[in-house]
Amino acid sequence: MNIAIRKFYYGDIPEEKGGGKTDAKASGHDWPLWEVFIRSKQGLDHKHAGSLHAADAQMAIENARDVYTRRMEGVSIWVVESKYITASNPDEAGELYEPAMDKIYRHPTFYELPDEVNHM
Amino acid sequence: MSESLINYTLHLADNALILGQRNSEWCGHGPVLEQDIAITNISLDLIGQARSLYQYAAEKMNAAAGKEHPAVTEDTLAYYRTEREFKNCLLTEQPRGDWAQTVLRQFFFSTYQYYLYQQLQQYADTNLAAIAEKSLKEVSYHLRWSSEWVIRLGDGTDESNRRMKEAVNELWRYTGELFVPAPYEKELGIDPGSMQADWMKKVSAVFEEATLQVPEKIFMQTGGKTGVHSEHLGYILTELQYVQRTYPGCEW
Repeated sequence: MNIAIRKFYYGDIPEEKGGGKTDAKASGHDWPLWEVFIRSKQGLDHKHAGSLHAADAQMAIENARDVYTRRMEGVSIWVVESKYITASNPDEAGELYEPAMDKIYRHPTFYELPDEVNHM
Repeated sequence: MSESLINYTLHLADNALILGQRNSEWCGHGPVLEQDIAITNISLDLIGQARSLYQYAAEKMNAAAGKEHPAVTEDTLAYYRTEREFKNCLLTEQPRGDWAQTVLRQFFFSTYQYYLYQQLQQYADTNLAAIAEKSLKEVSYHLRWSSEWVIRLGDGTDESNRRMKEAVNELWRYTGELFVPAPYEKELGIDPGSMQADWMKKVSAVFEEATLQVPEKIFMQTGGKTGVHSEHLGYILTELQYVQRTYPGCEW
């Protein structure tokens, strides 16, 4: 008999288990979970920094400021309630990603670049 | 004049140090992880302000004393002065209480600091003006953070509203002292009373949103600014100064 051990990572959590429901119980309050995205000074895009609990969006921004930008990591913060993130299912990894593995011609490595083109 | 400037700088520094020390009691005990970090950040901001101010006071004291006098440092000012030598307001030394008391005290004090540092930025002493300017950004955030908590709890559940009301009853009596000038403030021509109207306006606006009543005129406790403290300060200093008192000059 197979006993399946399923480990969830951020972004892999099915919707019904997302939104911090299990976490909220463990930490003794029922604030929802928020995902935090930070744009650094040099960065052009917001990158996922982590997650935290907060009662509302404003508090989530302030918590993110206190938790994730203490060492001048960022100049802009986005927060979104985790339950609004739809994640791909790790069980479907095969059909989603493997078809791309044998299609190396999709990489632009077969072209000869002119010398004038730098930084590719 | 120089003596008053030193005393006034110590008063500002003591306010920041004692409130910073009080808030640091939450470290590891905050209601949730994120707020534990928030209140600890505020502590560190305040202790940072205290350091700048103590360094400046020490510089002035050493200059006034001449060379043979033992050197004063930020550490000797924080660790080797007694209760009666501390000039912090009574509000800052009150126990941290529950979360409602902590955020309300922070709100009262940050509102005060916000208007105070705005005035100090224009002050003739450029060192104090520079410290005020640098600290103002931190204080603006403390004010925002604490006023949102006062509103959240005041206009929250029955229990949070009750706790907030109890905090107002407990702490209101210590707010009058903020605006009564000490002798050293008078000599420097600094009038904290000039900020009272602004302070009251801000507090009333936040209280209205928080569905809290501004208390009637009651008797206000004073004395902290001139070294006459409530019994709580002794306990704070005992903990704060313990290591340096037990092992003088120890470093790690």
